Amino acid sequence: MSSAAISLKDLDISYGDTKVVRDVTFDVATGESFALVGESGSGKSTVLKAIAGLAPEWTGEVSVLGKPRGHGTDRAFSETCQMVFQDPYASLHPRKTIDTVLSEPLAIHGIGKRSEKVVEMLGAVGLDQRFRFRFPHQLSGGQRQRVAIARALMLEPKVMLLDEPTSALDVSVQAEILNLLKRLRREQGLTYLMVTHNLPVVSFMCDRMAVMNKGRIVEIAPKTALYDGSFADPYTRDLYAASGGNPDADPVVAAASESKDPA
Amino acid sequence: MSTRDWLLDDSPATLTQANLGRAWRMFTALMRNPLAVAGFLIILLLLATALFAPWIAPESPVGQNLQARLLPPTAEHWMGTDELGRDIFSRVVYGSRITLMIVALVAVISAPLGLIIGAVAGYFGGWVDRILMGLTDVFLSLPKLILALAFVAALGPGIENAIIAIAITAWPAYARIARAETLTFRNAEYIQAVRLVGGSHSRIIFRHVLPLCTSSMIVRVTLDMAGIILTAAGLGFLGLGAQPPLPEWGAMISRGRTFILDQWWVATMPGFAIILVSLGFCFLGDGLRDVLDPKQGGEK
Repeated sequence: MSSAAISLKDLDISYGDTKVVRDVTFDVATGESFALVGESGSGKSTVLKAIAGLAPEWTGEVSVLGKPRGHGTDRAFSETCQMVFQDPYASLHPRKTIDTVLSEPLAIHGIGKRSEKVVEMLGAVGLDQRFRFRFPHQLSGGQRQRVAIARALMLEPKVMLLDEPTSALDVSVQAEILNLLKRLRREQGLTYLMVTHNLPVVSFMCDRMAVMNKGRIVEIAPKTALYDGSFADPYTRDLYAASGGNPDADPVVAAASESKDPA
Repeated sequence: MSTRDWLLDDSPATLTQANLGRAWRMFTALMRNPLAVAGFLIILLLLATALFAPWIAPESPVGQNLQARLLPPTAEHWMGTDELGRDIFSRVVYGSRITLMIVALVAVISAPLGLIIGAVAGYFGGWVDRILMGLTDVFLSLPKLILALAFVAALGPGIENAIIAIAITAWPAYARIARAETLTFRNAEYIQAVRLVGGSHSRIIFRHVLPLCTSSMIVRVTLDMAGIILTAAGLGFLGLGAQPPLPEWGAMISRGRTFILDQWWVATMPGFAIILVSLGFCFLGDGLRDVLDPKQGGEK
């Protein structure tokens, strides 16, 4: 499948002797926003880490934008695919200013005009220029997550792996970040693979979703299923029932949909 | 805008300003701790004494005057004279240079060595870790002074060899600390993020891991300074460190031992200097720990 941005086939991932993910197969089309949902410990973040090269013990086939992935991280791959982590308090180096964090990817790849690019990117993620030389501890959680998103976008990747990018944030800030991600995807034509346990966020952000349980994908469904509840698998139906049905009633999604001026 | 406002600006305009601001905040936090201030002043005094020794010392540290042997402390000779009629105060003042040189060189050699070995071991883990930590354990299992003695015996007595010997015995402790620190954040998301953008291992170790280890290392080295001075003095006392006529404090005590019952000041005065400087480093180290490493600081 040539138009697939991310293609996984029979992916098994293990940590040491424990197999945590089995037989994961799905394709994410270019420009699509695809969600991986499931409860904690179902292996959804591990799938992201395997694609990113941070969980090297896997078997099967992984390809990103048509190129097969190796088991580790590499420089060429980093220009096509980047990841945003769950906890913005843990994903920024505590002793480095925002400016240093954002220019580092450029320095590694030998890209010039760093200062201009940092300024531009701060604007793109909705951060004021006065944050540029602050340290992470001088920023709020939402601001930190914006920096993390900016860092991931510095190399202008086409594929973004989002590991529960909003779950560590306040409800009102979650809405801002979701809107920001939505706008960036529209503006830069990005492909998203997003891990979340929040079904309403899926309906707001994504086109399709794969539901994971105990390391396996139990169902791949379009987001319309979130409105009519047309899930085939019993586990998915339970998960859907537990999330309370109508996704638009969720406070985060309501807040995100309400704001006329996205992020 | 005053310099202070500029330093404490919430939104610095340049990287330099951001870093200076952080340094200033640490400095003011340090200055709020009275013991740390005392330590800081003692170290400052040591630095000034070493720098201005020729102007402070009333006499030459090596000039002998056999007519004025073993004089007790008077207005003319503040700390008395030793068995060759040399002014002990002048010798103590000049000795500060040797002490400072020992301390600085040992820190410069052993701290980076320990830091890099520990960070590499902790970051890579696996067999790299086992080999490096095995080596560290071998050095750690030998008593410091004995190991230093063995090295000096092998290399020959002298101040340079004493410094090398002390540095060789001091690094394993730093390697242990650096490794333990590295283990706590080697899988942190900010390290993974650098790997994701294509950062090499050496870049991660030098730019991301080491800066996080340095603060606990500075604290540890400062606290160890007292031990380094004492080890140097111990080597000097055993005749394996600085050689006569160098006014090294440990060697001076050793010479004074012969007269300790009748001419107490010969051994006691350099002893006071050692105590004062050791205490200064300890106070400063404790204060630095509270500022740089709050999670390990004492309960307040």
